[in-house]
Amino acid sequence: MTRVSPSTGQRVFDVHGATERPAIAPPRHAPVQPAVDDATLTRWLRDMLLIREFEVRCMQAYQDKKIGGFCHVYIGQEAVAVGCTAAIEAKDPMVTAYRDHGHALARGMSARACMAEMFGRIGGCAKGKGGSMHMFDRANNLFGGHGIVGAQTPLGAGLAFATKYEDEVINGGRSNRVTLCFLGDGALNQGAFHEAMNLAGLFNLPVIFIVENNGYSMGTSIHRGTTMGHDLSSKALGYGIDAEVIDGMDVLEVHAGMSKVVADARRRSRPWFVDMRCYRFKGHSMSDPRKYRTREEEEVFEAGDPIGRLERVMRDRGALDDLRFKEMQKAVREEVRDAVKWADESPAPSVGELHHDVFVEPWGPYTGTSFPPFLREQGLKAPWREEECP
Amino acid sequence: MSSAEAAVGEPDPGSRQIEFRDALREAMSEEMRRDVRVFLLGEEVAQYHGAYKVSRGMVDEFGERRIIDTPISESGFAGMAIGAAMLGLRPIVEFMSWSFSLVAADPILNNAPKMLYMSGGQFGCPIVFRGNDGAGGQLGSTHSWCVEGLYSNVPGVKIAIPSCPYDAKGLLKTAIRDDDPVFFLESERMLSVKGAVPEEEYLIPFGRGIVRRRGADCTLASWGRPVNFCLEAAEELAKEGIDCEVIDLRTIRPLDLETVVRSVQRTNCCVVVDQSWSFGSPGSELAAQVHAACFDDLDNFVHRVHSADVPTPYASNLEQEYLPNVRRICEAVRHATYRA
Ligand SMILES: Cc1ncc(C[n+]2csc(CCOP(=O)(O)OP(=O)(O)O)c2C)c(N)n1
Repeated sequence: MTRVSPSTGQRVFDVHGATERPAIAPPRHAPVQPAVDDATLTRWLRDMLLIREFEVRCMQAYQDKKIGGFCHVYIGQEAVAVGCTAAIEAKDPMVTAYRDHGHALARGMSARACMAEMFGRIGGCAKGKGGSMHMFDRANNLFGGHGIVGAQTPLGAGLAFATKYEDEVINGGRSNRVTLCFLGDGALNQGAFHEAMNLAGLFNLPVIFIVENNGYSMGTSIHRGTTMGHDLSSKALGYGIDAEVIDGMDVLEVHAGMSKVVADARRRSRPWFVDMRCYRFKGHSMSDPRKYRTREEEEVFEAGDPIGRLERVMRDRGALDDLRFKEMQKAVREEVRDAVKWADESPAPSVGELHHDVFVEPWGPYTGTSFPPFLREQGLKAPWREEECP
Repeated sequence: MSSAEAAVGEPDPGSRQIEFRDALREAMSEEMRRDVRVFLLGEEVAQYHGAYKVSRGMVDEFGERRIIDTPISESGFAGMAIGAAMLGLRPIVEFMSWSFSLVAADPILNNAPKMLYMSGGQFGCPIVFRGNDGAGGQLGSTHSWCVEGLYSNVPGVKIAIPSCPYDAKGLLKTAIRDDDPVFFLESERMLSVKGAVPEEEYLIPFGRGIVRRRGADCTLASWGRPVNFCLEAAEELAKEGIDCEVIDLRTIRPLDLETVVRSVQRTNCCVVVDQSWSFGSPGSELAAQVHAACFDDLDNFVHRVHSADVPTPYASNLEQEYLPNVRRICEAVRHATYRA
């Protein structure tokens, strides 16, 4: 099935080595294209360039052993995070998996806080305790990257439950916030996903499950791991949940499609399922030589680079020229370079930090005794005991 | 020591040196050649040759019917394997990381270990669950569980934790031939460690610890990766004139109390080193048992070294402080021997 993108006039790629696969189903409703002004496009392009540059520098820093543990970069999927966050409001919660730097940046986390977290420094968004897979940003309503595949899907339902409860039960209004819950196509096979879908459908939760369908979970192609991999919207059918297929390599389409889905979820307080077709340009993590896919396949997708696509649209509109583009590239390079420097100069957490944040104050710092410091300060004698036992 | 004991003790130092991961693969391949009922399943084990390359090349020899790639469905494939084991197959289930097994806690803790008991001896469950356990390498809280603390609480499981390639192979072969569920805990940090592994076949029995180093002043009891820290600490302490005996328990269920007790009767001092959390852990169990068995022999209470009682941090310096390490083991021994 060949489709033509309304924004670029180009053929939308056939996803995931589709030559011998059944073609993807076209979206059931053609997205209405909201008018997007040049300033907005510029911001999106900048954000996508920032994410790309950030990830490239992460890969370097990982090689230099500045970043430890696992490092899953988002290169190729920038349009998804940027287009989706553009379709929601600041008050709307968002939750994602371990490939989370792009979401964090798109949501407004500073490159500094994000990079310092990767470096395991005190200046990171979680004081260096979370690491690359666990980016949390309370101020920007980002409820985490989550390291266990699928674990974030019931959490997404829970966030939507909470917004609905707060609006409808506590404040007596109507549900007004929408939760975005991102997952990979691999997470579709976790029980947690199916249970979350059922609950969301049952309780009318305004949560949008966005499957960033890049065709692979680690080295396993979707067709080897997932039944109905050619038509994921059928997964939603059984739960009575509406589904949409969106070309995740085109930020305009992501924004248009998601705007419609978000508006509907908000209006009806209902869950949605989105099959977001995309591709990750790099390996699953830094140690992955990607032997499970061909160079030819990668080249086909790289030709549809979401940044290049937006760039072309903007040039055609006269919203971008060489000079402006170079300036933007330079600016994000500066911003990320500054973040790396800042992260590098941020100190490691003090060793005492090990025992903080285990419990909320006044319980911390917690050092493994059942007698918390705040009680010890009141004297080792437990006063209530004497009162109770004459 | 009888000759049979010696045979399961240490490899001939002249043996070839292979990596820990290769020792594991040899154990699985040999057992699969021996018994067609044995098969391996898990995420990325076949076409990707294992996320940590433990099963490298196995699919080429045994084919996709016996080396089986699964979706990311821990609960589903663990439960499926248990069902297959009830009908007499002998599955080896690889969890990419034991941390992810928590998704499958119900089948592996609520079904497998209780099957024989619940069915009054009718249905056994000859299955091996194996994979990476523990912290190290900055993987953060969700990926760094030492599940032995949690899993050893359940009756009906056997838990083997090798500390070197020789034990990895010998213990895994025993696990595969065992008729009960065996939890086999490896450490990603050790997969590329090399050690002597003889060509000829050998098995290491469960429930029998081994003395890795003789010493007169203090017994260090441990298992898995921290055994290596204990040996390092013993060298360190020897310079201060403290002579440590290091015992590697090899399996914590069954737990070889006897070897520890015999040692403590000579050293009158004991430090337990366990990389899981301290609360309700194998280390706390062993300490309690040593206290009961050696009450009159001990010069001091049994000291324990554990991971800090907090979720595993990502930052490198915090993670190093979190885990049992040589410095903390030395400190504990000095306290236990009144040399602090
Ligand atoms: C429960 C669980 N099992 C296995 C893993 C190991 N693992 C991490 S990412 C991954 C692949 C996930 O693929 P997908 O959901 O498609 O996301 P993508 O990497 O494509 O973004 C696997 C198997 C894990 N983190 N959690």
